[in-house]
Amino acid sequence: MAMEIIRIIGNGSEVPDAPVPEGLGGKDLLELYRWLILLRTFDERAVALQRQGRIGTYAIYWGEEGTQAGALYACEETDWVFPSYRQNSIGILRGVNPATIYAWWRGYGGKLGFYNPRDHRTGPICVPIATHLPHAVGVAWAAKQRGDSVASLAWFGDGATSEGDFHEALNFASVWKAPTVFFCVNNQWAISTPYHKQTASQTIAEKASGYNMPGVRVDGFDPVACWKATRDALDRARAGEGPTLIEAYCYRIAPHGTADDPRLYRDESVTERWRPLEPVNRMTGFLQRLGILDEDKEAAIRAEAKELIAASVKEMESYTQPGQEVLFDGVYASGRPWTFDEGLEELRSVERAAEVRPVGPVPASSEQGGDV
Amino acid sequence: MASLTMVEALNLALHQAMEADDRVVLLGEDVAQTGGVFRVTAGLLDRFGESRIVDTPLAEAGIVGSAIGMSLYGLLPIVEIQFDVFVYPGFEQIVTHAARYAWRSKGESPASIVIRIPYGGGVRAPELHSDSPEALFAHVPGLKVVCPTTPSDARDMLLAAIEDPDPVVFMEPKRIYRAGREEVSEELPFEIGNGHGAPAELLSTARVAREGTDLAIITYGATVPLSVQAADELASDRGIQTKVLDLRSLYPFDIEAICSAASECGRVLVVHEAPRHAGLGAEVSSLIHERVMLDLHAPVMRVTGFDVPFPQFANEDDYLPSVARIKQGANKVLDW
Ligand SMILES: Cc1ncc(C[n+]2csc(CCOP(=O)(O)OP(=O)(O)O)c2C)c(N)n1
Ligand SMILES: [Mg+2]
Repeated sequence: MAMEIIRIIGNGSEVPDAPVPEGLGGKDLLELYRWLILLRTFDERAVALQRQGRIGTYAIYWGEEGTQAGALYACEETDWVFPSYRQNSIGILRGVNPATIYAWWRGYGGKLGFYNPRDHRTGPICVPIATHLPHAVGVAWAAKQRGDSVASLAWFGDGATSEGDFHEALNFASVWKAPTVFFCVNNQWAISTPYHKQTASQTIAEKASGYNMPGVRVDGFDPVACWKATRDALDRARAGEGPTLIEAYCYRIAPHGTADDPRLYRDESVTERWRPLEPVNRMTGFLQRLGILDEDKEAAIRAEAKELIAASVKEMESYTQPGQEVLFDGVYASGRPWTFDEGLEELRSVERAAEVRPVGPVPASSEQGGDV
Repeated sequence: MASLTMVEALNLALHQAMEADDRVVLLGEDVAQTGGVFRVTAGLLDRFGESRIVDTPLAEAGIVGSAIGMSLYGLLPIVEIQFDVFVYPGFEQIVTHAARYAWRSKGESPASIVIRIPYGGGVRAPELHSDSPEALFAHVPGLKVVCPTTPSDARDMLLAAIEDPDPVVFMEPKRIYRAGREEVSEELPFEIGNGHGAPAELLSTARVAREGTDLAIITYGATVPLSVQAADELASDRGIQTKVLDLRSLYPFDIEAICSAASECGRVLVVHEAPRHAGLGAEVSSLIHERVMLDLHAPVMRVTGFDVPFPQFANEDDYLPSVARIKQGANKVLDW
């Protein structure tokens, strides 16, 4: 099934840029660019921190920033978004302290490592594949039931489309005409499993037709196209026409995570062919061609991101390890069962072990293993 | 003989089972091309090809369910679950079908599958990679649940689980995957595929990990070596001789070994990493009190994980039973 891929940003030579979509002004484009740079800076710093043994294993998203920032920029502040581990830092564009996300990867729980989803209308970093999709549907249904013009969006991978929860979520959303956007980042890999072993569908987008909802394909390395596809889907959702499945077609340029060594299962020369398409450079060129970004402006945006991230790292590293009571904190909203008091008493009666440090660099080709 | 880690011993068992019986197939996420995220299935693809070792789509219900179908047709499927927590989407298939095919056919058409689950904490992993869900499975009639803690047991028990006609949930304590090496015989522990099944003791008996007569610590998985260390320290601290019983089979229990350890020592501590409430420690304790209470000098006590979600890893050592906590529990039982 051939399906058109929505693309706005050309390559600066034989592929021309399409006109900037309506609704996206120069200020918006610059803000979107700022978001991309912020995500990129967070991610690169996280990888460095892991290599230095300052955080634990980390799920890298280098190259997928456009699928995150583009889709989020299309949302209203009041819309809810649900990330997987791959969009782990998306909350920082919604007011979550980046230090909190670093702390999560540092193995800190409680207030240091978790944010409150309701404060940011941003779901928690979801580790079990596809399990957050029904949550997005539930939020959308509830908002509709309450008469609010609120939509929801969930990100997930190509691998996630194999799980039952994906199909159940699409079906529920379509039956209920829930205002939900299913945003699939088809980076063509699920750890070592390539797309063709994951699904026999030629595209992810065509899976939508079984649920009688639109499926659209977009260039996942084109942040503006991601914005456009998401904005159209949200307009539809808010008009009461129900959900949309978006397939952002791209490539997982980075390893699956810091414990993964892709050389074990794929030809990295192919990866290198995709690398030049990555969204930050594409967007930089696009904005330069539009005449709204010059070198000074770019440098200023990068410097600002670097400073913010450096401050966040510093903040995260100023945190002291949560005390033993963190194990029992907030497990129940209604208060503590008696078992918790006994547990804490038992813990406090023996000498406490030294703080657990993150394991340092662990390439998958070593004996260690691990999925992120 | 070769000096092997648990990962290598499991890998050896898989090679041997697939070599000896062409009905054995293996399926899971990332098991073929990369040899699994923990490398337990390394080398199998090259040796046996992709018709017998399969990288599946990412769907645990599909993996377990299709393994059940393969087994109905006469194959002997082994399923790898990538991490403990990720078995939950497959839980339905395990509970409502794997556990019941034998029952529905008067024992004639069991789901002869092995579900391998690397489980437990202590590996500094992010959220939801460290659960100990064994009690959930031990509570389901129709399943066998086992857990090796030494490389040789891992090899022999995996071969037995594959040969066993019933569904076996095979818990692999990932924290001790590479903790130590042991001489493992390359000779098969029994003849595979001759129709007689595996020797029953491989999937139903406990192992004495340390001898002693004053106190019995009953445990399994990654807390076995910790209990042995605690026992050694109790010997030097206060001259107590502690027996450590490694359960190995979590369903059914080796009731004789449990009761005789309790009777012999008169004092019992149960240790496990899983949360306490409705954990296997409760079952061990009940059985002992029901059967040999008069031999006890103190109630059976427990040192376990807490009744909380497994913490983020910087605090996982607060959650996991430590040598200090095991010793404290032991002293309570001893001084009761
Ligand atoms: C239910 C479940 N099963 C297995 C895993 C282990 N796992 C983590 S990431 C991953 C691959 C996911 O691939 P995809 O959905 O394409 O997302 P991507 O990692 O490419 O962003 C797997 C199998 C998991 N997290 N959850
Ligand atoms: Mg993917």
